[in-house]
Amino acid sequence: MKRVQAVIIGGGSAGLSAAVTLKKNGISDILVIEKDEEPGGILEQCIHNGFGLQTFKEQLSGPAYAERFLRMAEAENVKILLNTMVTRLTADRIVEYVNAEEGTVQVQADAVILAVGCYERPRGAINITGTRPAGVYTAGQAQRYLNIDGYLVGKRVFILGSGDIGLIMARRMTLEGAKVIGVAEIMPYSNGLPRNMKQCLEDFEIPLYLSHTVTKVFGKDRLEKIEVVEVDENKNPIPGSEQYFEVDTLLLSCGLIPENHLAEEAGIRMDPSTKGPVVDDRYMTSAEGIFACGNGLHVHDLVDYVSLQAARAAEGAAAYLKNGKPAGDPLRIVNGNQVSYCVPSQFYPAEPVEKLTVYFRVRTPMDGGTMVIRSGERVIRTVKKRKLIPSVMEEAVLLRKDLEGCTEQITIEIAEEA
Amino acid sequence: MYDIVIIGAGITGTMLSWKLSRYRLKVAVLEKENDIAEGATMANSAIVHVGYDPEDGTLKAELNVKGAQQYEGICKQLFCAYKTVGAYIAACGAEEEQQLRVLAARADARGVPYRLLSRDEALKEEPNLSENVTQVLDFYTTAVIYPWEVATACMESACQNGTELHLNTPCRGITKDGDCYLIKTPNGTLRTRYVINAAGVHAEEIHSMVAKADWHATPRKGEYYVLDQDVSPIRHIIFPVPSKEKGKGVLAIPTVYGNTLIGPNSDFLDDPDDNGTTVDGLAYVRASISKTLNNIPLNRSIRTFAGIRPTTTSSDFIVEELADAPHFIDAVSIESPGLASSPAIADKIISILAESLTLTENPDADLSRRKPVVLADMTAEERNALIAKEPAYGRIICRCEQISEGEILDCIRRPCGARTVKGIKKRVRPGMGRCQGGFCEPKVVHILAEELGISPLDVVYDSEKSIILESENRV
Repeated sequence: MKRVQAVIIGGGSAGLSAAVTLKKNGISDILVIEKDEEPGGILEQCIHNGFGLQTFKEQLSGPAYAERFLRMAEAENVKILLNTMVTRLTADRIVEYVNAEEGTVQVQADAVILAVGCYERPRGAINITGTRPAGVYTAGQAQRYLNIDGYLVGKRVFILGSGDIGLIMARRMTLEGAKVIGVAEIMPYSNGLPRNMKQCLEDFEIPLYLSHTVTKVFGKDRLEKIEVVEVDENKNPIPGSEQYFEVDTLLLSCGLIPENHLAEEAGIRMDPSTKGPVVDDRYMTSAEGIFACGNGLHVHDLVDYVSLQAARAAEGAAAYLKNGKPAGDPLRIVNGNQVSYCVPSQFYPAEPVEKLTVYFRVRTPMDGGTMVIRSGERVIRTVKKRKLIPSVMEEAVLLRKDLEGCTEQITIEIAEEA
Repeated sequence: MYDIVIIGAGITGTMLSWKLSRYRLKVAVLEKENDIAEGATMANSAIVHVGYDPEDGTLKAELNVKGAQQYEGICKQLFCAYKTVGAYIAACGAEEEQQLRVLAARADARGVPYRLLSRDEALKEEPNLSENVTQVLDFYTTAVIYPWEVATACMESACQNGTELHLNTPCRGITKDGDCYLIKTPNGTLRTRYVINAAGVHAEEIHSMVAKADWHATPRKGEYYVLDQDVSPIRHIIFPVPSKEKGKGVLAIPTVYGNTLIGPNSDFLDDPDDNGTTVDGLAYVRASISKTLNNIPLNRSIRTFAGIRPTTTSSDFIVEELADAPHFIDAVSIESPGLASSPAIADKIISILAESLTLTENPDADLSRRKPVVLADMTAEERNALIAKEPAYGRIICRCEQISEGEILDCIRRPCGARTVKGIKKRVRPGMGRCQGGFCEPKVVHILAEELGISPLDVVYDSEKSIILESENRV
């Protein structure tokens, strides 16, 4: 079996960043495996602006952002296998892939970085009853049809879910001449970034129905009509609140789910709160030498953070390839009050990293609050935060001195303002 | 002039057409939809029931046992999936245990094998059985299949032997013309010596074109959840004890490809085409499954669907030539266990035909079909040899189910091949997985357009009017 120092599964924003960082850290023998015919992943269909403000201090389109990383990868001589699907991963890092040129191939990797991305929650995972006509798409699927294939999926559109892809598609389809009738969000607040709420809905006077959802679709061949209801605080439909909209298209923007089939098959421990693997401060999973990053680890708000965390994962992998596992046993980083998840969720107190940024999300919107980082009862740090919303990722920064010698797990919580 | 026209390309019609294709006959199958297996055959529990359930003395009991016995051989001959998983009938309490004795006695009389399991024995195999379950009857020869795969394979083999399939061809009227029948369709009139009514939920309409029916269609809807392959809460089919009022009840079914089905409910319908899911129906399924099982992860549902059973006021199958319309044969009221019974239903129809029609074997008939490539079943060496020869088998289009471009192209190119996105999904499964086609559907549309030589704007999801793309973008 062929041996490779590092295999990166996925050639999107996370995979490319990880590849470049591995090379910069002296790992020369690497292989990036990408299922599509082009690298760049989902960025290729995100032709709108707004990528790269953190990384490059300028506004780029998705393909332009990907292009920057591709050029860096080319400069570093990164080998990318295109049109290639990874079909299996084992805990001892055997990667099996298939493509038209080589057939099925197994390679033994010293380190593996999972950069597999996520998928959109489909209709079947949402409680929408009724018939099963054409005309119901996930938002990203409609985006691909429009921006890659060049086809508009419909003329009268309703969008369920205020996730960012749905908001972006509301604007995009309007500009293409479709009429977007409205956006329904089951929560009492939006799930998209504030700038997308403004630029994609408000600027086009597209109504947002908060605490509303789509309960039923009608139509035998193509979608004809949908039923929209208001929901109570437990997200249950309020009888009598039914409204009907005649539309030919329903886009679903109801959340993204990390794609973790390979990881689960390899027996890697998953975190139910992120639906991605559990990782430590080096982004290593429960399987030694297998690392995870990108939207396959947890769903990010901005691509800049995907690139950044992928680079951290690659540094972790490079360090592992040189020095092996860190000494001692890991401690956990756990979700406290109002925190829905933390990534990474483990660290090594005997051998901590220089600086650990823990990314987390809050459960519900808050005007303000105090982030408290504790180890057991000992408060490490408190930080005032303004305007906390679930759609925006938050950070908790821990330095080596905060982590070194910790004996109790770390909790991140928000003390809410009265 | 046809010898036989079969109305309906569900499992009854396709299985019959396959069995008839060994004879020198001119046969046409009429289907009102845009693909075969679009009605009850598309949406059911996918079980080859072994025949303990129907009441003594019924046609159902006879044909179920005989049909189920043929299934494994048929699936082998036609290269269809057939997976013996076993069926647990889970009794809750003394009264239901008594019911198990009744089923066991029937099974004894019909030669159907079973084992009786104590709660503890059953729990070892199925740890998610609920605390209500006190005893289990295990019909361990029960299998699951992919119903529309069997229908497709039968039709494919029949077409290869000369049977005609007319899609999008509803029967609008039947008149008698001498010894023949004239079947009026929007695509012209067909003249035939025999008519087989295998029209499923629409059988009464067809029957009424030639005679008054002494039964009525009473279609019943059944709704299901489909769970992700990554959760496998059960290994056997888990039934509650059947009852007269509720039929077989809400079951959990491990499917051929590793998904779990939970359902169905059973609600009478006014509109025989109303296959939409409902809030109440799915709520009933959720509530009912907890009688026999715990820890069913319905939050890992990837799809819900509803199917319509072609039930009638007759409690039994009706397979007979009409007294007042000779050479018109009904195969109606084929509700559960219709799928399992279909080979025997076909045999019964053929024996009715043989009373007045000479059946001459065609020595050239081939009752198999070209073996489809299933990459998942091949060794690495076999796969690599194939990919070296046909690289399309190395291009994976559906990442959830790992389906290659080669498999998709093949299912389009076969006799009675796929012409729609759903047709491809039914035949080789891209879009059946957890992303439900989110990633692969655009690629499937592209492949279909290219292969059929049409614009992607003309590619349909299912029916002729179910277009997927509205217009080209403004660029």
